[in-house]
Amino acid sequence: MRYLPVTPEDRAEMLSRLGLDEVEQLYADIPGELRLKQGPHLPPAQSETELERHFAELADANRKQICFMGGGAYDHYIPAHIGAILGRSEFYTAYTPYQPEISQGMLQSIYEYQTAICRLTGLEVSNASMYDGAGALAEAALMACDITGRGRVAVSAGVHPEYRQTLATYLHGQGLELQVLPLQNGHIDLQRALAATDDELAALVVQTPNFFGLLEEDIPALREKLSEHKALLIISSDPISLGICRTPAEWGADIAAGEGQPLGLSLSFGGPYLGWLACRSKYLRRMPGRIVGATVDHDGRSCYVLTLQAREQHIRRQRASSNICSNEALMALAATIYLASLGPQGLSRVAGQCLDKAVYACEKLSTLPGCSRTFSGPFFREFALTLPGDAEEAFSWMAEHGIAGGLPLGRFYPGMKREMLFCVTEKRSRKEIDMLSEVLAQWLRS
Amino acid sequence: MAEKLIFEKGSSGRSAFSLPELDVPETTLPERLRRQEPLRLPEVSEPEVVRHYTNLSRLNYGLDQGFYPLGSCTMKYNPKINELLAAMPAFTGVHPYQQEKYAQGCLRLLYELQDMLAGITGMKAMTLQPAAGAHGELTGMLMVKAYYEALGQTRGRVIVPDSAHGTNPATAAMCGFDVVEVASNARGGVDMVALDKLMDDNTAAIMLTNPNTLGLFEEEILDIAALVHGRGGQLYYDGANLNAIMGWARPGDMGFDVIHLNLHKTFATPHGGGGPGAGPVGVAEHLIPFLPVPVVVRGSEGYELDYKRSQSIGRVRSFICSFTVCLKAYAYILSMSSDGLRQAAADAVLNANYLQERLKEAYKLPYDRRCMHEFVLSALRQKEESGVRAIDIAKRLIDYGYHPPTMYFPLIVQEALMIEPTESESLEGLNAFVEALLKIAEEAEENPDLLRAAPHVTPISRPDETQAARQPNICLD
Ligand SMILES: Cc1ncc(COP(=O)(O)O)c(C=O)c1O
Repeated sequence: MRYLPVTPEDRAEMLSRLGLDEVEQLYADIPGELRLKQGPHLPPAQSETELERHFAELADANRKQICFMGGGAYDHYIPAHIGAILGRSEFYTAYTPYQPEISQGMLQSIYEYQTAICRLTGLEVSNASMYDGAGALAEAALMACDITGRGRVAVSAGVHPEYRQTLATYLHGQGLELQVLPLQNGHIDLQRALAATDDELAALVVQTPNFFGLLEEDIPALREKLSEHKALLIISSDPISLGICRTPAEWGADIAAGEGQPLGLSLSFGGPYLGWLACRSKYLRRMPGRIVGATVDHDGRSCYVLTLQAREQHIRRQRASSNICSNEALMALAATIYLASLGPQGLSRVAGQCLDKAVYACEKLSTLPGCSRTFSGPFFREFALTLPGDAEEAFSWMAEHGIAGGLPLGRFYPGMKREMLFCVTEKRSRKEIDMLSEVLAQWLRS
Repeated sequence: MAEKLIFEKGSSGRSAFSLPELDVPETTLPERLRRQEPLRLPEVSEPEVVRHYTNLSRLNYGLDQGFYPLGSCTMKYNPKINELLAAMPAFTGVHPYQQEKYAQGCLRLLYELQDMLAGITGMKAMTLQPAAGAHGELTGMLMVKAYYEALGQTRGRVIVPDSAHGTNPATAAMCGFDVVEVASNARGGVDMVALDKLMDDNTAAIMLTNPNTLGLFEEEILDIAALVHGRGGQLYYDGANLNAIMGWARPGDMGFDVIHLNLHKTFATPHGGGGPGAGPVGVAEHLIPFLPVPVVVRGSEGYELDYKRSQSIGRVRSFICSFTVCLKAYAYILSMSSDGLRQAAADAVLNANYLQERLKEAYKLPYDRRCMHEFVLSALRQKEESGVRAIDIAKRLIDYGYHPPTMYFPLIVQEALMIEPTESESLEGLNAFVEALLKIAEEAEENPDLLRAAPHVTPISRPDETQAARQPNICLD
């Protein structure tokens, strides 16, 4: 076997050193009735050639499509050099930087990541990463309950449905309550949200741009009411949008959390992605997850270490702020390189093109017979369209014609059988958008 | 030597990015929705970015550079072909909501991987959703909770051994359970008398690692299972140490009701400098209804995602799973097959026993018995004789070109050094490592200061961790 360096002779030598005759004896501590005579039933071992052939076959069973789908996973361009750097085995074959003297590369890159996330969101502190956007938001909600000592979290129905489901799962674990707030014209219903804000509320969770791509406008009024009741504001944002949109800090968020996939990570059928979480510095010691800090070594040289570990499971065990251990370090590195590569102008141009192209597509599609924009108000990269027929049928039609999307919204909002969510990133050309419109027009005629 | 931060490099106007000209009309956002504060990101060209991170990578030690015997982490070789397969655009380009009919390659891979993992572990069904081991624990223990809720029973407590990994008690607490510790016996296993006293009808589960965190097989596992099941509880298996026994024994046969695996340990997917990993969860028959959604199933028209499961605990993440991590594990299993996996486990165990045998003279071995894939030494003798601690020995190993073992875990061993060689190490490699540790034991006697000041060959010496925690500086102003 090509991965195993130990030869039969080596085995014999080691066994004799142990006073044993055969490897089976190494397993003597396992009760006899549990010991297997042979391994599991699996296909025969494959050489690299066979493996490549097998994967080519799997690849053929997928179909390449032009992506007009978002819903939390976005098809942005990924600069080639990101892959080149992630391919450095000093990074990807290492583990958590427990030994700072030989891990300054990862530690410094995480410090840079934390800095980039702070500057993007406007918040003061960030951790080293969470699993994904849903998990990061759920941890943010748990954190808010811990900080306020309260047991109810309110979430806008405009937050990604899968994030809300994940929130519900996490909160249920600790017997905490999740209250879903209804929408008005696709935006948070201000009156209902204000009414939900009281002295028992731990936090309000808002997403902007929300699941429909709409930018929430009523946050200042909510912020004020939350402050009156000492409840926290948690905002989930798209990191690309922050190149041009008002930041969580500018909206007054106490905690911000979301998905980092748009920052240089491939779609990859849903993962691995990157959860990010940032907050105001007064909550630093309540944050979940790893944190890297700057310090000096014994000779006074500046360097980086994992810090504030007293919050974490390996020290505090059942009283830890979270159980998270391995996180998404390599994905955080990709995001850091992405942000460093684009710079402020690059990110604002990418965000600007998403905005412009989505507006162009929206105008184009909403002039098709029987089609109209579902909601009104400014949006970013995504918009919902109401069709004259069943959105699932349209979805299948588009897929057959090489187009992924838009996403049928009835899957998440039962009443929205004729609605589709379209996403247009900077990667889509005008020609592709025109083709999308043509394919949808054909379906309408069919 | 220190590398400046990327934020301190470059010059205004530089960028490492190109974009096609805008080919649609330009629009703007209303002022009230626009970012107010300027975005302070680096402005660097592509060569500068690449050089910066290449230089940073050179300050990092990965297992492709040398031996990485980090106990409990299974730092085995990460096959390169798997990286190439995972980077195929036919996989990286698939949107998670893409129509299932046109994502059959991805879905088939996941379905087959579930099947393989179920076979390897002896469980009835698997979910690949969790993003890491601890996430798998959370998923599994939430299922235990849901199971009792469905039965209308309230069981508020979870037992963990005093040798358990910190994620076990932390997970139980996240699921709303109270945590009680059960002591270990003199052989390093669960103390049956203590367990008998603790296991009552308010106890939902016991969380066990087997082999446990001392690298020892839980010999009384069948008695433990009988005791816990006899009183209506569940057995949770932390699969961090499955590498020792894959192909030789199965947690499902031992009586475990719910397990998690670490694909980034046992199944050779890279650790990524601290993730991404994957923590699939396997269950016995009675827990299947509680699996998180979606479940990958095989329907009449191909592979599908099943969301309609009324008793499911719900979602534990967005989308489906850490797909490319699963892909690499799948490729690894196909490369190894049954005999290969069994051989890998045996080599891992043999390597560990060989190292243990050769080191137990020079270092205290608190549990002197046959180990599995790892063992725990104690530097207590060195501490008493010359004031040299486990951390000093670990740091001195760096000077010899090694990544140190896991230190100060499990908590029940003082001055612990937990060594896991894995099957990826050759006999010559093991011998060289033994020589280094024997030499260090001598140095501890003759020149303890040499160890206390170690490492000597790295770009930095030991950081001041107290200052880092006291005056946190976790991002650049
Ligand atoms: C015994 C044990 N359990 C659980 C975990 C947690 O796994 P992860 O880091 O993938 O969350 C670890 C990780 O090191 C471990 O060693």
